[in-house]
Amino acid sequence: MTWALVFLALIMALVVGYLLSQTINRKPWLANDPLENLPSGMPQSISPSKLGLGVLLAVITSMFGLFFSAYVQRMELNDWSRVQEPSILWVNTVVLVLASVAMNQALRGARRDDVLATRRALIAAGLLSFVFLAGQLLAWDQLRDAGFYMRGNPAAAFFYLLTAIHGFHLIGGLWVWGRTSSRLRGAENVGEFRLSVELCTVYWHFMLLVWLFLFALLLNT
Amino acid sequence: MAYVAIADRDDPHAMHHPKSFVTRYIWSQDHKVIAIQYSLIAIAVGLVALVLSGMMRLQLGFPDTFSFIDPADYYQFITMHGMIMVIYLLTALLLGGFGNYLIPLMVGARDMVFPYMNMLSVWVYLLAVIVLMASFFVPGGPTGAGWTLYPPQAISEGTPGASWGIILMLLSLAIFIVAFTMGGLNYVTTVLQARCRGMTLMRMPLSVWGIFMATVLGLLAFPALFVSAVMMALDSLIGTSFFMPAIVSLGETSSHEGGSPILFQHLFWFFGHPEVYIVALPAFGIVSDLLSTHARKNIFGYRMMVWAIIAIGGLSFVVWAHHMYVSGMNPYFGFFFATTTLIIAVPTAIKVYNWILTLWRGDIHLTVPMLFSIGFIFTFIHGGLTGLFLGNVVVDVPLSDTYFVVGHFHMVMGVSPILVIFGAIYHWYPKITGKMYNDFLGKAHFWLTLLGTYSIYLPMHYLGILGVPRRYFAMGTTDFIPESAQAMNAGITISAIIVAVVQVIFIVNMIWSYFKGKDAGGNPWRATTLEWQTPQTPPEHGNWGEKLPVVYRWAYDYSVPGAKEDFIPQNEPPEPGVVAGREHGVEHT
Amino acid sequence: MAIAVVLILLVVGSVIFHFWSPWWFTPIASNWGMIDDTVNLTFWVTGIVFVLINLFMAYCIIRFRHRKGNKAAYEPENKKLEIWLTVITSIGVAALLAPGLLVWAKVVTVPEGAMEVEAVGQQWAWSYRYPGNDGVFGTTSIRHVTAKNPFGVDPDDPNGQDDVLVDGKHMHLPMGQPVKLLLRSKDVLHNFTVPQFRVKMDLVPGMVSYIWLTPTRTGKFDVLCEELCGLAHFAMRSKVVVQEQNDFDAWLATQPTFASATERMEPDLASGQASYAVCGACHGAQGEGNAMLNAPKLAGQNSWYIEQQLKNYKSGVRGYHEGDIYGRQMAPMAGTLVDDKAIANVSAYIATLPEKRVSDTIIGNTRRGKDLYRTCGTCHGDDGRGIWATHAPRLKNMDDWYLKRQLENFKAGIRGSHPDDPFGQQMVLMSPILGDEQAIDDLVAYLGAL
Repeated sequence: MTWALVFLALIMALVVGYLLSQTINRKPWLANDPLENLPSGMPQSISPSKLGLGVLLAVITSMFGLFFSAYVQRMELNDWSRVQEPSILWVNTVVLVLASVAMNQALRGARRDDVLATRRALIAAGLLSFVFLAGQLLAWDQLRDAGFYMRGNPAAAFFYLLTAIHGFHLIGGLWVWGRTSSRLRGAENVGEFRLSVELCTVYWHFMLLVWLFLFALLLNT
Repeated sequence: MAYVAIADRDDPHAMHHPKSFVTRYIWSQDHKVIAIQYSLIAIAVGLVALVLSGMMRLQLGFPDTFSFIDPADYYQFITMHGMIMVIYLLTALLLGGFGNYLIPLMVGARDMVFPYMNMLSVWVYLLAVIVLMASFFVPGGPTGAGWTLYPPQAISEGTPGASWGIILMLLSLAIFIVAFTMGGLNYVTTVLQARCRGMTLMRMPLSVWGIFMATVLGLLAFPALFVSAVMMALDSLIGTSFFMPAIVSLGETSSHEGGSPILFQHLFWFFGHPEVYIVALPAFGIVSDLLSTHARKNIFGYRMMVWAIIAIGGLSFVVWAHHMYVSGMNPYFGFFFATTTLIIAVPTAIKVYNWILTLWRGDIHLTVPMLFSIGFIFTFIHGGLTGLFLGNVVVDVPLSDTYFVVGHFHMVMGVSPILVIFGAIYHWYPKITGKMYNDFLGKAHFWLTLLGTYSIYLPMHYLGILGVPRRYFAMGTTDFIPESAQAMNAGITISAIIVAVVQVIFIVNMIWSYFKGKDAGGNPWRATTLEWQTPQTPPEHGNWGEKLPVVYRWAYDYSVPGAKEDFIPQNEPPEPGVVAGREHGVEHT
Repeated sequence: MAIAVVLILLVVGSVIFHFWSPWWFTPIASNWGMIDDTVNLTFWVTGIVFVLINLFMAYCIIRFRHRKGNKAAYEPENKKLEIWLTVITSIGVAALLAPGLLVWAKVVTVPEGAMEVEAVGQQWAWSYRYPGNDGVFGTTSIRHVTAKNPFGVDPDDPNGQDDVLVDGKHMHLPMGQPVKLLLRSKDVLHNFTVPQFRVKMDLVPGMVSYIWLTPTRTGKFDVLCEELCGLAHFAMRSKVVVQEQNDFDAWLATQPTFASATERMEPDLASGQASYAVCGACHGAQGEGNAMLNAPKLAGQNSWYIEQQLKNYKSGVRGYHEGDIYGRQMAPMAGTLVDDKAIANVSAYIATLPEKRVSDTIIGNTRRGKDLYRTCGTCHGDDGRGIWATHAPRLKNMDDWYLKRQLENFKAGIRGSHPDDPFGQQMVLMSPILGDEQAIDDLVAYLGAL
């Protein structure tokens, strides 16, 4: 559980640190400042959607952290035997990195208000993600052909489970991606979609990060 | 995402007020309607759990009498009772119900930040409840594994509902977690992003603080339950060995190999302990506001109260294994977890002191919400102190898995939060419906509930010290349990039946008052917080009419020296000459 | 105002209840008196806090209740008071924690030279293993567990041959000798609890957990399972007998070892057939049973069950009760079998007798019987075939009049209430779910239809 603890300690430290910075040294019963000095409740620097996404990512981080932690704890038991990771995973990793890069391009396009460039990059990112998912399915196939099933080998069971969970999260992202890119089709300017593109980009980078972490874990154990 | 960022705009017309009955009351995106929906579903499913507890009390109080309760039924009743009460009633009612109703009103927002997701949350929650209830009707019935669902027994033959029931339970939990996450995203984002002008964090009422911190805990802790549910479902359905070791169950050799049942327990309690505070923190916050309002006095030590909530939230993640002192885990963990667990007693004790010091030099109106709050303090002190027994590893060992544990957790996380919930319902009923409840019925409900529940759970602790184990269908004969203990058990059952029946008073009061109650007016308690300052009662869609409120002071300006009234609403601009605190505030530094 | 009075009454009532109620720790029988001391310390500290805080709250309510013209004080905080309260609370908590941790250090540290005994849990019975003369346990594996090797001892391990096996009987411990209990489960989680010993621990399949203690008092104490382990969790009982060292040694010498138990597994059918001649007089030459003589059908019954029952009859564990008329007839007959070997042989012979369909004599509602059977089927098998692991005999195609009589006997405590009959006791605990005679008839009728 140490892994989960480290993750959660970090998140909790962030939460507690933020809250303390907001609350320490305040004596609310004294603060009768003139109206002009009152902070408006909503800081303008960050939109609610971004904050919402941030909270969602914290939840997903907690979940993966706990999966990893379960993985490490299960690994310490004596029936653990290593799985030979399919080599296609390296290709998949490159594809997912490219998808992330394409997302970044889309975001740049959106910032320049270049509808066409945004759309192209966005679609490239989506397609690359589909390629990644197909590659993951191939990896499953290879692993099965090599005789690793969910039954009998806990390392293989974790491999299927964790890649599946990661894949489902990517599919969830692709659903939002699909909505964004189809709406962008008839759009004159990026304007109102910039936020969606931005959120997609953050999510894709996050999914890449989770995958790199996961891949490193699988490779090393 | 078109709904985003309307919650904090002045212009109410952007909200597209719903026109038809369906969009107003069923597919509603209004946080107040969603809150009512959450509450009604939670109370309905809670009544099912109440009936189940009555059935098991019948068996325990009068064994060999009711032939319609066989051991399988009994274990299914305790499992479903526990799970429903903890997750589907308490968590859903406190966060989905009160969280939804209070957060936007108390922080001065028009609605939640993501109303559409908020609406999805309640319907997904309903789906989770339906899946759970469906397990009563599948072959083998619901799971009888105990609410902790420990493998291997949860998924091996020899436990009722080991095939269908447990799978539906796990599925329902996973769905519930999705619903909770959708709601939780809203509560956190709304508190952080949609507060009205002037509403700094330290001006928020403690109710919002408690609900906010509980939501943060829930968002981080529920994934642990999700993870363990997914892995256990795979162990059961596909035959993986995450949690399942090689076993010979009822003469049959299983195909599993090498899994760790203790791993499940770690994951479960990593969720399960914060869950206690997910239920407790909103109750702590709400009861603080009830005490302050009805004692006409600011909450004592507001800052300490806030920090205690934060500290309890942080610490609750490092105490989980105190549920596992006798689980066979490395016994040296006991030193660490006993220490962290007893440390958490300090901020909790501070909260109790501050509640009572709020009464000190107050002007205590013994209204129904106040009575329930006082009842809460009493039962919470009792439950908290018995927690010091079970948290201290060596004291826990003889008491673990006995009725002492049952008595403890019912006192601290059953009776206490329920008393707060009742108090809160009576307190906000006039705002929600515009009508006042019947005072006599409310008081009768309080007395019967408090005295009844105490007479149920106090004796249970002593049965536990005697050594009566929990989760026993029948005790049979033993050499250490005297006849008198069985008589006590019968007495407990009679109290339990009475307590269950008197809840009818509450339901009657709610329904009767809704149609026949006196008009309550907008602010019957003369309270300071924003929800009492809405232009209409009950508040309409959008809450605030044309203009959002502006907040000039904290939530506890009661009995300010020099003020005309004994309360100053948060949105009342400062009057020249009456500046609370500066001149009159007592400051001990 | 009433609430203040009630609070005071509740506090006073709780204190009175605490001192006057007859329910407290059962007298201790181990060296863990210091666990009781920490519990008592916690009681005193928390009890005083409980009384003081609640009385103070009651005082506040009386003193500051609303009266006309009252006004509350305005006091946002009082740092000094809050710091004092925090410090005092921390000291109180530390005063509870420190002794607790010191005692816990003793609980987890097993003294040198402690005797090792293994307690094995399974659904829903306890069995025990002693290391034998060499003082070393043979290794075990769940994969070795069969009906003939219920402990799963590795047959090739020389250390295991002299292991003493106590299956389905009580555990014995010598007084005054520190003992380390190794806890092992064959199926699900269990928990080894003897209330008089105070210490307890879960049994977890796939690993071995432990507790240690020194028995300080001779006597017979209940062993309970305190971790929910399935349908018959509450019926998973055993006893531990604490006796003087000499008595313990004498008892241990009479118990079978792994080697001797394995050896006896090869039965002599011819000798069994010869012994059966006596039985056949009543039970029929083919074991078909004879209702007129109240002798049930034996053919088709599991041999391990017949063997166990013959031993029970012989040792007075069954057929001793005055109400058990036919059992009392059987007891002296079982006595004619000279030793365990003879019993094993005749049981094995009975298992070879040909199976015949019995005739139904009892009419009942089989649909209701099926509902009732869902509890029974957990141990006896859905199809009533009998399961060796739960020591539950076959019920399918057995004489219905006999089943009915036995169920009535269990309900009345005529059978199964002997302290040395743990599986009979399970039936005593289970049989009350058959509320009346009609329920028994329904159940038996359902069994006849299997």
